[in-house]
Amino acid sequence: MDKDKVKQIVLDIIAEIAPDEDLNDVKSDVRLRDQLDLDSMDFLDIVMELRKQHGIDVPEPEYRELESLDSCANYLLPKFEAGAAA
Amino acid sequence: MNQLPRIVLTGIGLTCPLGNDLPTYREALLAGKSGVSLFPVRNMGEQPAGVCDFDQKKYQKRKEIRVGTRAGSIAIFCANEAIAHANLDLEKVDPSRIGIYLGITEHGNVETETEVCQLFDHYDEDIKYWTHHHNPRTVANNPAGEITVNLGLTGPHYTIGAACAAGNAGIIQGVQQLRLGECDFALAGGVSESIRAYGIFAGFKSQGALASHEDPTRASRPFDKGRNGIVVSEGGCIYVLERLDDALQRDANIIAEVAGYRINSDGTDYVLPNPVRQEECMRQALSNANMQPEDIDLVSTHATSTPQGDEQECKAIRNLFGESIGTKVNNTKSFIGHSMGAAGAIELAGNIPSFEDGMVHATLNVDEIDPTCALPGLVTGQAIKKEGGVSVILNNSFGMLGINSVLILKKFKA
Repeated sequence: MDKDKVKQIVLDIIAEIAPDEDLNDVKSDVRLRDQLDLDSMDFLDIVMELRKQHGIDVPEPEYRELESLDSCANYLLPKFEAGAAA
Repeated sequence: MNQLPRIVLTGIGLTCPLGNDLPTYREALLAGKSGVSLFPVRNMGEQPAGVCDFDQKKYQKRKEIRVGTRAGSIAIFCANEAIAHANLDLEKVDPSRIGIYLGITEHGNVETETEVCQLFDHYDEDIKYWTHHHNPRTVANNPAGEITVNLGLTGPHYTIGAACAAGNAGIIQGVQQLRLGECDFALAGGVSESIRAYGIFAGFKSQGALASHEDPTRASRPFDKGRNGIVVSEGGCIYVLERLDDALQRDANIIAEVAGYRINSDGTDYVLPNPVRQEECMRQALSNANMQPEDIDLVSTHATSTPQGDEQECKAIRNLFGESIGTKVNNTKSFIGHSMGAAGAIELAGNIPSFEDGMVHATLNVDEIDPTCALPGLVTGQAIKKEGGVSVILNNSFGMLGINSVLILKKFKA
């Protein structure tokens, strides 16, 4: 697992949640909400899919760690690695 | 009644197991074609059901479809189709003056059942996997509210819970709100997503009221000796209603006029219908319309193909229309099954073209008439051309807990 793979996992989830969005040119360092039509319910969906598909829990105070693809990668990579090691 | 504004229908949008527009649906009814097919139901295998096949993406983004409900998609499709049919330009209409009134038998069963089943099947009943979409999907106003979100409408919206009398009840609510001046346009009718919940099928089965037949197209057979229960269907039908003066002013195409209506209650039982109150409801609707039984050209029956329910409705109709030799009687559930909260609105729509073509579609699948259901004016076998044409339709729609609704529609004459 590396940061690029984590970003792809997040993008795959977004593709399910926001199927009308064009995800070909999503910038890693820009807030997802600033470049895609995502609302707070959509972010709850991202949290839920991380839980359902990958067994990763994101506590509510840490939701802001999911604001961009870069922050997602930084925050989620250790969780994926911990999950793989378990 | 005479001082109240006259209310007219100026648009119809529908989806039903026989099509997604009125001409297609009507053609199938006149041709005697069934819309019932086999449909996989959780825990129950394939069951006869009425399934709609409309393009959800015609009026919704894929995300809206994912977040919303099937009933919401049906409602959005029907509302958009009705607005287009009424030639209503939303850019030129105050969105706060459009009211939405949708009849529902139930809402929320589908989402709740699906969520519970997923939790048990995949997540060991751990509620942290329960979706945050559950509440907005299951609130009772959901199908009507989804229309407002889709179209940016800001007038009143709500659903009317009236069991299987709801299709008429939604229209009646629209009439009343127009007369009160609460809106200038009413999007009114009924919707149902019921085939997506196995509990609805299982409930009817436990009650001994679920249809079974080796040929699904022959499972819904009101008035036939061999009838054995209900075919559950989904669908929706929404009308654009307006005050006559407003419709004339905008040069709208007027499809029909609401002549009268009535909703009453049996006050006797949770499930068993009461023919005395059904007859009373029809009489009061006639009185509301200032009409006599002889004025009714066509009775569109509610009959659901249950042994007892059909007999009771026929008793009520016989008492009221027994002397009215010109009144024809038919049934649309025999073609499309029972679309629950949408039934009254969809069945009425199927008969509305008779104002123009004078045809009365038949009741399908009556191979051997049950003597207790034999009515002089009952049309079976093939559609007929009614002598003198059709100018007035009385539409029955009844539901559990003894709710009865009757709507009388007449051909528009200025």
